[in-house]
Amino acid sequence: MSGLGQLLRAEWTKLRTVPGWIGGVLAAAAVIVGIGLLPGMKGSCGQHGPGSECVLPVGPDGELVSDHFFFVHRPLAGDGTITVRVTALTGLLPARPGEPAGTRPGVAPWAKAGLIVKDGTRVGSAYAAVMVTGSHGVRMQDDYTHDIAGSPGPVSASAPRWLRLTRSGDTVTAAESDDGTAWTTVGSAHLPGLPSIVQVGLFATSPQYAETIHESGMSGSYGGPTQVTAVFDHVTPDGAWTGEAVGDASGVPAGNVERAGGRFTVTGSGDIAPAVTGAAGIGTTVTQTLVGTFVGLIAVIVVAALFITAEYRRGLIRTTLAATPQRGRVLAAKAVVVGSAAFAAGLAGAAVVVTLGQRVLRGNGVYVFPATALTEVRLVVGTAALLAVTAVLALAIGAVVRRSAATVAAALVVIVLPYLLAMTVLPTGAAQWLLRVTPAAAFAVQQSALRYPQVSSPYTPTDGYFPLAPWAGLAVLGTWAALALGLALVQFRGRDA
Amino acid sequence: MSRHVLHAEWTKLRTVPESVWLVVAVVALTVAASVATVAATACSTGSCAVDMAKTSLTGVGLGQAVVAILAVVAVGGEYSTGMVRTTFAAMPRRITVLAAKAAVVTAVVVAAASVAVPACLLAGRLMLPLSLGDGPVLRAAAGSVLYLALIGLLAVGTATAVRDSATAIGIVLGLLYVFPIVAQAVTDPEWRRHLLQLAPMTSGLAVQATTHLDDLPIGPWKGLGVTAAWAAAALLAGALRLRLRDA
Repeated sequence: MSGLGQLLRAEWTKLRTVPGWIGGVLAAAAVIVGIGLLPGMKGSCGQHGPGSECVLPVGPDGELVSDHFFFVHRPLAGDGTITVRVTALTGLLPARPGEPAGTRPGVAPWAKAGLIVKDGTRVGSAYAAVMVTGSHGVRMQDDYTHDIAGSPGPVSASAPRWLRLTRSGDTVTAAESDDGTAWTTVGSAHLPGLPSIVQVGLFATSPQYAETIHESGMSGSYGGPTQVTAVFDHVTPDGAWTGEAVGDASGVPAGNVERAGGRFTVTGSGDIAPAVTGAAGIGTTVTQTLVGTFVGLIAVIVVAALFITAEYRRGLIRTTLAATPQRGRVLAAKAVVVGSAAFAAGLAGAAVVVTLGQRVLRGNGVYVFPATALTEVRLVVGTAALLAVTAVLALAIGAVVRRSAATVAAALVVIVLPYLLAMTVLPTGAAQWLLRVTPAAAFAVQQSALRYPQVSSPYTPTDGYFPLAPWAGLAVLGTWAALALGLALVQFRGRDA
Repeated sequence: MSRHVLHAEWTKLRTVPESVWLVVAVVALTVAASVATVAATACSTGSCAVDMAKTSLTGVGLGQAVVAILAVVAVGGEYSTGMVRTTFAAMPRRITVLAAKAAVVTAVVVAAASVAVPACLLAGRLMLPLSLGDGPVLRAAAGSVLYLALIGLLAVGTATAVRDSATAIGIVLGLLYVFPIVAQAVTDPEWRRHLLQLAPMTSGLAVQATTHLDDLPIGPWKGLGVTAAWAAAALLAGALRLRLRDA
């Protein structure tokens, strides 16, 4: 009776034949689905007839982008160079909560102003740009997702910055200078298929501002549109310029240009960047639909804890060990059985929610960021693994503690509580710290939103951004489970049952 | 007779080392979590944007988990060892036993909370510009003690109804913690408000608010009433199960 197959079968029979246990596993899947399909969010996308659907512009690589800015442009045929000097960058930020409503002076960290070469004025078209920013120095950016850092430091009348863009075939090269004579190359971009006639010129844009706050026990954020004003001169070559706002500027000031001799004062709002979700972005992600995982975990923890502690309570453990004296095998078989059951429950629950939950949200007018098929598979398998490894962790704690109440409490405190605290009351710094070191780090496997360093957003766990990479987070939980299982094995072998 | 039942329940609770440790843990965890939160709250500018009394009492959210465990173990322990049959042989009036158990647990929780809650506020007084004499602050303090007592009763009722410590702890902590997480995910303000009004934790903890009372999903005392209703429902379920089923 020591074949591993028979041992697994014996443990599976134990799990299967206690109605409360198998019920608990099924309940885990049921709550994940139930909470995931709860139509608790409402949006306005597509709720007011045709034309009200939310559609984000798509960039050259197929990604969703923001493309709103004020553009002072003229056509450029074939190869050419444009040079400008920036002498000032000022702006407006939304008022803080508690302050009178309105704006306060200040430049958003990623406010941008400079030169751009763009495939026409169509939203989402290819571009390359060199710019000064609010607090990230000179940058070269192209096609929304690429970002190269130039020299740091702000711009002022006493420390102006010269910028230059050179187009040569499909390649655009950016350079900067302190004095207009000694030039440093910032970087170059390859824009395949750039037409021979492009639009070149000055631009200014300033993104949605968001800052997290912690008040009355709930973390949240405030923010709003911002505005930037840049002063340019020494524009070469000069010519007939057209000023226009690119992109749908609803909700943000449209911007303008004022010209006085060779001096251009350009004001703009918006962003030329990949689109993100969260406080500074729009919509939500598939991750949102998996919030029921938290409840499913509680059910799985209770079942896994009882799966081992009930044997001690009833004395069944002595029968089990009489039948299979190799204690390591008994523990392994239990871990495999309870882990597999939890995995199956998680897989079923998450698969339903990831496919149907998005539809419910979209039906309610909420903008849900599309995730790739690969990401969706990772969310489903990751959620299943999260449940499975948590079950093994709870089992290991149970093997050490041997008391059901203490086991459930300990498992809830190490995994569920850090997640809860991080999501509701803790400031972002403390929340991210908890989500790095505690077993709750594994919730990172459910992240579906992408973060970009060149888009400033709070990127908090509440918005679906976790501090660790998906599989790294799961590995943290795996490490905890392995340590607990190791300790359980030592105790299980060294102590009387 | 009733005095003897109380005395018996008190002896059972007092002589289990686990419950003594849990009482210590209620105080220690509540105060520690509060001190950590207060220390992390930056109020250097003098004008504090946060509700200071509520911030100082953050630890109650953690302490309630230990209170729930303490109360569940007081009931569930008897079922797991079979002691409950001895108890009912000595005292066949089961509802009286439940009442005595609830009374003893409440007394212990109130005693622990009466140490922990003032200690939390004292920490807030030392590190934040919080004055302790204000009416709303006193209401927050008294309400927090009552809230913890109600969570104890909720746990006693649940454990009596399900007769198993692990399941009862899962259910009670689930009831407490699930609503705030789900409410966080729900952005529709109407749904969110209803969830926060219904949940035993968020409604009850409204009693801790001392500023922006108009923004609360439910009034302070009314909120505590919701928690009391949950506790009463759990006790009723426990009492019915006791009356109708074999022990």
